[in-house]
Amino acid sequence: MSVRTLTIDGRDVAMATGATLLAAAREVGVSIPTLCHLEGLSPVAACRLCLVEIEGSGKLQPACLTPVAEGMVVHTDTPRLQDYRRTLIEMLFTEGNHVCAVCVANGHCELQDRAVEVGMDHSRLPYRHPDRPVDLTHHLFGLDHNRCILCTRCVRVCDEVEGAHVWDVGWRGEHCRIIAGLNQPWGAVDACTDCGKCVQVCPTGALFDKADTTGEKHADPARLWTLVRARARGQQTP
Amino acid sequence: MTTHSPPPSSVLRVRCCSSAGCLAGGAAELRQALTTAVARRELQERLAITGVGCLGPCSQGPLLAVDPDGALFAGVTAADADGLITALAHRLQAASSAEREAPLAWTPAAGEQVDTERPFFTRQRRIVLEHCGLIDPERIEAAIERGAYEQLRRAVQECTPAEVVETIRRSGLRGRGGAGYPTGLKWATVAKMPGERKVVVCNADEGDPGAFMDRSVLEGDPHRVLEGMAIAAYAVGADRGFIYIRAEYKLAIVNLRRAIEQARRRHLLGAGLFGSPFGFTVELRVGAGAYVCGEETALIHSIEGQRGTPRPRPPYPAEAGVWGLPTLINNVETFANVVPILREGADWFAAIGTEGSKGTKVFCLTGNVRRGGLVEVPMGTSLATIVAEMGEGCPDGAGIKAVQTGGPSGGCVPASLLDTSVDYESLKELGTIMGSGGMVVMDHSTDMVAIAAFFMAFCRDESCGKCVPCRAGTVQLHGLLQKHLGGDATAADLAQLEALCHMVVDTSLCGLGQSAPKPVLSTLRFFRDEYVARLRPQPTAAAAGR
Amino acid sequence: MPSAIPSAMLSSATFEALEPMLRRHHRSPDSLIEILNQSQELYGYLGDDLLRHVARSLELPLSRVYGTASFYHLFRFRPPARHSCVVCNGTACAVKGAAPLIEALEQELQIDLGACRADGWVSLGSVRCLGTCSAAPVVVIDGEVRKHQTVGSVLAAVRGLDAEHELERGSEPQP
Repeated sequence: MSVRTLTIDGRDVAMATGATLLAAAREVGVSIPTLCHLEGLSPVAACRLCLVEIEGSGKLQPACLTPVAEGMVVHTDTPRLQDYRRTLIEMLFTEGNHVCAVCVANGHCELQDRAVEVGMDHSRLPYRHPDRPVDLTHHLFGLDHNRCILCTRCVRVCDEVEGAHVWDVGWRGEHCRIIAGLNQPWGAVDACTDCGKCVQVCPTGALFDKADTTGEKHADPARLWTLVRARARGQQTP
Repeated sequence: MTTHSPPPSSVLRVRCCSSAGCLAGGAAELRQALTTAVARRELQERLAITGVGCLGPCSQGPLLAVDPDGALFAGVTAADADGLITALAHRLQAASSAEREAPLAWTPAAGEQVDTERPFFTRQRRIVLEHCGLIDPERIEAAIERGAYEQLRRAVQECTPAEVVETIRRSGLRGRGGAGYPTGLKWATVAKMPGERKVVVCNADEGDPGAFMDRSVLEGDPHRVLEGMAIAAYAVGADRGFIYIRAEYKLAIVNLRRAIEQARRRHLLGAGLFGSPFGFTVELRVGAGAYVCGEETALIHSIEGQRGTPRPRPPYPAEAGVWGLPTLINNVETFANVVPILREGADWFAAIGTEGSKGTKVFCLTGNVRRGGLVEVPMGTSLATIVAEMGEGCPDGAGIKAVQTGGPSGGCVPASLLDTSVDYESLKELGTIMGSGGMVVMDHSTDMVAIAAFFMAFCRDESCGKCVPCRAGTVQLHGLLQKHLGGDATAADLAQLEALCHMVVDTSLCGLGQSAPKPVLSTLRFFRDEYVARLRPQPTAAAAGR
Repeated sequence: MPSAIPSAMLSSATFEALEPMLRRHHRSPDSLIEILNQSQELYGYLGDDLLRHVARSLELPLSRVYGTASFYHLFRFRPPARHSCVVCNGTACAVKGAAPLIEALEQELQIDLGACRADGWVSLGSVRCLGTCSAAPVVVIDGEVRKHQTVGSVLAAVRGLDAEHELERGSEPQP
């Protein structure tokens, strides 16, 4: 396996060919914020939080998807990137209805964590207060569209790991919404296996266990990687 | 309109424009009335009524041309049919050649004969459109009479694929869909990719509002595009082709379907072409109303039957496109340039245009312009030539304020810069793009902030919603522009508008988001005073005495 | 959720007309958009049963089918109105005054752009450029492209539909 050496925020790092900048950054203890990315799911580079500057490249590149290259000089935390990341978080907050105080994920929410990290104490963009529904038709879980940031982790985990493909994205642009089945109530979709993986990987309180109340959702998205790795090992050893 | 060869003198021909623009004005009824009038006089043998593609000055339609002399008439209606046929019958019966060659003593009641010596015609150089308006797009024989599929035969029988790629490379042809990527390089990349199966895609998802070049080519000369695709397939080693066309282009879809079927029957498409092992099939894929599908990765997803959302590149379609196969994607006009390049040679093509932009470009001249329509000019022609000379400026003598090129991804060029040459680099320097070829003329009554808001509303509507900056950013930008339009914006809002524009450009996933703020940035650059004039007066600033 | 449970009893025989198209595409999932286009042409709109039939035929998850269909503007999930009035809102039409046409039509038909009247008589929509810019501003009424429209001409056209509407209403049997 050949190795590429590069520099991330002034730190030298050697990585196997094909590794992503995100993995390389983690290797040397540089933290790049992410939201849509989740180890074990296919990358989509949709949230744009992990964009980094690469010297000699005119465009910002998503660290979750960009492979390391020899001699690359990467900057992950420039003032420009800091400002863009804050704006992205503000965009997410203003396009939904995120009220931390009454949210099941309060204190354990990746969106909240990112907001704290980028120093967003208020939004410079106006709130849009969209009218979004809540689906409580499933007997175990609920889906509050107000808290959804369209990261599509639930869509991917249900398709790629569980193989049920209950979820997809419906409509487009600002009208995008996670849909179940034929845009049906979740509880009416036969394909759902009640496995709860979507709830586990959801970065916010959009998907939740009905038994949880404010601040009680303790999702552990990182566990997915353990499952995916275990499965891969299982496939290798007959 | 000078390249047609006259039919036998005893036969007259009326070419009726049957493209969507004229059909909207009643061209179908006109053609029907002409056919009926001819039949009534039993002149079918000597007076042919044919439908043809776009004749050019669409704003004056319905149009028709009378051969052999090619006299062009505008604003013709079904009520004029009898008069025209009577005049033509008279000519057919004429005893002397002088009488036969005299100008036609007829004009449409509410229309006029069009002076084809005007700059609108004389400034054109028709390469892509050379047969458009001359041949009947419904009959493959008409195309073949003018040499269709001859270059495909020659390429397959006499050239190696590498030679074809080299010819295109040397011609200097660049993609006509907007970005201007060198076509030869694209072909060479796909040709070099390993793999038995490759795909050629023709992007006919002409979504820019104000652009109808591709529609006109597909309606008027569909075989030109099919032949260009087949030559490309031979050059890169593909055996399957798709034409992705927007559903709104009903007539182009009908004409293409028919053309594909005709070519298949004559073994000009299909397996084992011209006695060689090379085969190529073409399928039509009709969109369903999504502008973003003009973006190549979104287009691939749509061909595969998925949501038309773009994905990050690399990998580029040349490496992994339709079904992960190496895929060549060019737009309609690019493919339409292939046949003349092969026929006349790379040097001939490279001699037309400018240093960096070779050949011609088809533009759709619309908006506040006296003579609008479809024009093809050499690259390097100035905007002023196209808009003021060929288009003859704004109606009623109103002054031109700006010209918008490149649609929602482009910008507005102010009147003071109309001397700019039309080539990829010059337009880019002005913060706009060549784009696919829409050219909308705006007079002094046009509100530039409203134009910026118009394009932002478009992008907001057409954003696929996948990435955050485009999905939410276009909404916020549109809101800010509305605030400006309503006179509620402050200087801080203006600063935020500008900053947000740059942020959306830099962070969006695909070309739609990356260029959505361009109309705003362009109008801010050239018409900032219109934004400033609308700002809410701020008493504190005034008190401070600025 | 009884309302959401579809009438799955509807046999696929109902959608027999779609069969040749499905066969021609070898029931390939790639053909989803082609099949949806054809379905809408045949049945007027994409109802739940039809979408289920398509999903089953192409062996695609329901959410994949609905997600794809809802992405594209031209697909509709409800029966269309009896008449359609579509204003082109491309650049050329916008420059030449599409906005006053929309405003006048909204007032005349008493619906917002993009809506359908509750009585199912007419829908008012807009389209992003028909590519017939030389005819701007353009309005399409029941598929007929009308060039160089003015407020007067579009109102006359929809009032023409209105007269027909009155007739239609008059001939309807009263309950």
